[in-house]
Amino acid sequence: MLFDKFKDMADFQTELASNDVTPFGAVTEELMSATEGVVQGQRVILAGTNNYLGLSWDPRCIAAARDALQRWGTGTTGSRMANGSFAEHVALEREMADFYGVGHAICFSTGYAATMGMTATLAGPGDVILLDADSHSSIYSGVKLSGAEVIRFKHSDPEDLAKRLRRLGERTQNTLIVAEGIYSMLGDVAPLQEIAAVKREYGGYLMIDEAHSMGAMGETGRGAAQAAGIEADVDFFAGTFSKSLGAIGGFCTSRHPELETIRYCIRAYIFTASSSPSVVASTREALRIIRDEPQLQDKLWSNARRLYDGLTSMGLPVGPAASPVVAVELEDRAQAIRCWKALFEGGIYCNLVVPPASPSTNFLLRNSVSAAHSTEQIDTILAGYRSLMDAGLLTTDQAA
Amino acid sequence: MADYQEYLDFMFGALDALNKKDITLTETTDLVADVGLSSLEVMEFIEKIEDHFDISIPLNILPDVNTIGELARKVQALNP
Repeated sequence: MLFDKFKDMADFQTELASNDVTPFGAVTEELMSATEGVVQGQRVILAGTNNYLGLSWDPRCIAAARDALQRWGTGTTGSRMANGSFAEHVALEREMADFYGVGHAICFSTGYAATMGMTATLAGPGDVILLDADSHSSIYSGVKLSGAEVIRFKHSDPEDLAKRLRRLGERTQNTLIVAEGIYSMLGDVAPLQEIAAVKREYGGYLMIDEAHSMGAMGETGRGAAQAAGIEADVDFFAGTFSKSLGAIGGFCTSRHPELETIRYCIRAYIFTASSSPSVVASTREALRIIRDEPQLQDKLWSNARRLYDGLTSMGLPVGPAASPVVAVELEDRAQAIRCWKALFEGGIYCNLVVPPASPSTNFLLRNSVSAAHSTEQIDTILAGYRSLMDAGLLTTDQAA
Repeated sequence: MADYQEYLDFMFGALDALNKKDITLTETTDLVADVGLSSLEVMEFIEKIEDHFDISIPLNILPDVNTIGELARKVQALNP
């Protein structure tokens, strides 16, 4: 029967419902700020958003969106290739190219469309895509559509990447290597200096998805490649406007002029409506703020370190280094659900992540930090985890 | 390059640690339905084969592979 394949998911949803837990699709009913709201009737600290710089609530971004709404209306009702290219879109592309110090940029309606569309289009039949095993779902979707030969390399393992490039021989000329800046589930940063060195030795084209690192890393906020000093080795930067920039949309920038032609071959760009001008306007304003206010990044990392150090000092397994994403790994599903529920009822709304969304068989209590979090809010989150331990719901020896 | 039987023999050995139900492994044993491998374990198994034979196995072949024998044949065809 058509629906048989959904049985496991249905069973899981039933289990969650029987425990009176709603980690997936919990409804946010009211927001007080970028970091506080009412979710399912519960007042909570938002500890699972990707609002790294808190810009979704910046008055200047809101004003820019409001002005654009008055000027352009609510939507474009068209594709970028058919009546949906407004001056706002073109200006944002110019500003993105300028921000990355390259000549070319394409903006997409979502981040998913950007990485899926680029990977699906850049490589085709006869080409090879070498992707990090822990790549985002949008990248896996894209490479599947590409028709290219798809090979995984071990997560953040430059030696494994080198082996696979060596095996390809001359075919590296037709190979797209895909890695990310900060990986979204555990918050680990890719070893981009080593990956770039491998690319220099063997060849290929390198795409870095800076979705979680743009605005959060690099001297001017361009991301992990800038922080690693290897931007000259990157052929394509991809990313999103829905995290540090506080809106929605995605991008690809490149020094290769061919990007302007490739634009007309990307189905995820052609066959969908372009972003609402108000969204584009707030994104442009947020980009300006990132450039002008590097102290936001400092505040983000100060909060990230406070949360990471606090959880580490409790003996909880939280990944190799401080990062805007701080995830606690658990082996047991029922325990993870109980912990998520207790945190939520204690006023902390983090993400519960279950396999296969998590990179292993472990379950994650995934916290993400914002520059907009106050020190008190970070301490409240830490107190929530301490309460889990006091209640015996979480102990260091139970943790993964 | 290795022949079909060499791939097969290695796969039987590599599956030992993952064969939690302790079933008898043959060419027609289904990796998921019989051995019970999760998607993560399938990838772990593939990586073992790749490392041992110094080859890369594209993800593209996996939708057509169910049994150990089918995997050995596909890998051999890619590395004649």
